[in-house]
Amino acid sequence: MPWRLLKFALSDRHPEPRMFTPHGQLKSSYDVVIIGAGGHGLASAYYLARDHGITNVAVIEQGYIGGGNTGRNTTIIRSNYLTPEGVKFYDESVRLWQDLATDFDLNLFYSTRGHFTLAHTDASLRTMRWRAEVNKHYGVDSELVFPDFIQKAIPSMDMTCAGHAPVMGALYHAPGAIARHDAVAWGYGRGADMRGVEIHQQTRVLDIMTRGGRVTGVKTTRGDIACGKVLCAVAGSTPRILKMLDLRSPIYIHPLQAMVSEPMKQWLDPIIVSGSLHVYISQTARGELVMGASLDPYELHSTRSTLDFTESLSAHMVELLPHLSQAKIVRQWAGMADMTPDFAPIMGKTPVEGFYLDAGWGTWGFKATPVAGKTMSYTVANDRAHPLIEGFGFDRFERYAPTGEKGAASVGH
Amino acid sequence: MKIMTCPINGPRLISEFAYWGECKTMPDPASCTDVQWADYVFNKSGAPGVKHEWWCHTPSNTWFIAVRDTVSDVIEKTFLYGQQ
Repeated sequence: MPWRLLKFALSDRHPEPRMFTPHGQLKSSYDVVIIGAGGHGLASAYYLARDHGITNVAVIEQGYIGGGNTGRNTTIIRSNYLTPEGVKFYDESVRLWQDLATDFDLNLFYSTRGHFTLAHTDASLRTMRWRAEVNKHYGVDSELVFPDFIQKAIPSMDMTCAGHAPVMGALYHAPGAIARHDAVAWGYGRGADMRGVEIHQQTRVLDIMTRGGRVTGVKTTRGDIACGKVLCAVAGSTPRILKMLDLRSPIYIHPLQAMVSEPMKQWLDPIIVSGSLHVYISQTARGELVMGASLDPYELHSTRSTLDFTESLSAHMVELLPHLSQAKIVRQWAGMADMTPDFAPIMGKTPVEGFYLDAGWGTWGFKATPVAGKTMSYTVANDRAHPLIEGFGFDRFERYAPTGEKGAASVGH
Repeated sequence: MKIMTCPINGPRLISEFAYWGECKTMPDPASCTDVQWADYVFNKSGAPGVKHEWWCHTPSNTWFIAVRDTVSDVIEKTFLYGQQ
């Protein structure tokens, strides 16, 4: 090794650049404390600092940045929802996604692929047509397509699905995309960090302190923090946090599992989803197939994986794409999905003053990362729900006004 | 595969069972408020813990109660409604 290179490496003048500023102790108070350093929490911190000038913010995280559902989802981004509030909300998110990489100066591997939701029955074809019409009405690129179009896009697909579930058509959503999930969390985290937000990992919330129905602070494993506003963006841990405030909600936790194959030569451009076969599949830039299925059938607060899942998903996958019968599965994992009865999130203010909730993101949270951050930061800064999230309020259930979003998840529940 | 014990049919694969949510006590619909009724219909004890839940062994349509830890997934006991 040349002497000069060794000197350069050992010199203090050129330290390795770090993604985030390390912080020692927590301060005794902040203007806003955000619980959860996943995509949603960090995006909220980023927009609070960038758009609302609130930078005295701590993001506290029991694990590590992006280690929860942000790093466990299958990274699909789309806006072909069913209800007007859903379509408008997710379409804004897709728009935000498109220039995020420039915003961050970081490659998010955002890749527009086109998204097929296959229909195997008359009934689902009818729902697809309904969704396509709602989407078109709101200016979202979404249409009903038929087998010849699908076969052309995915030549290796068995259009009869091993003879028992023939593909009759599909909802085709050209802007459907995938992105690199870690980069999203890191991009938002670094953007917030550069604007003065503190990110504290390995810091678990023990209690939320209130006085007279108002938030006064947060008790953590690394000390107490005084603050007037708390934003909770913790996905599968939401019921634990709500219990600290004696708030009851309809959120229930089921694991959602996923798996990836060995990397292979690029052969699959679009994203394929089949509600009837309970599969969704896309191919990453590295060549791995990322695959998921429906929720686990019962409540569980754990990220364990099961063999049943791998077996049944693989069986359906081979029906759809017979040439995958020799492909190997290399990894599987699970995330804890915070489900709601109407498949829409719960966002905004709560009965506790100064406590804001961004939850109920179940199996549809990743695609909403930018718009959730944007609308929640507005809500926290102005103490008033952003117009785009008015339909997602915490109190909609006791008012008997659920949203009726059936297009929320790719596969049946 | 995971095994669950049906109070009538004994230990069976978990895939033979359907989960039907936590046991709740219904308020009197004639006298409770709309908010109390919404709480009964929609809200859940979402936080993890040992819970009483409704399950059904689907091949025999046996409905029963399971006491299960929702973190470790350990099933402590199963029994028919009205028994302990």
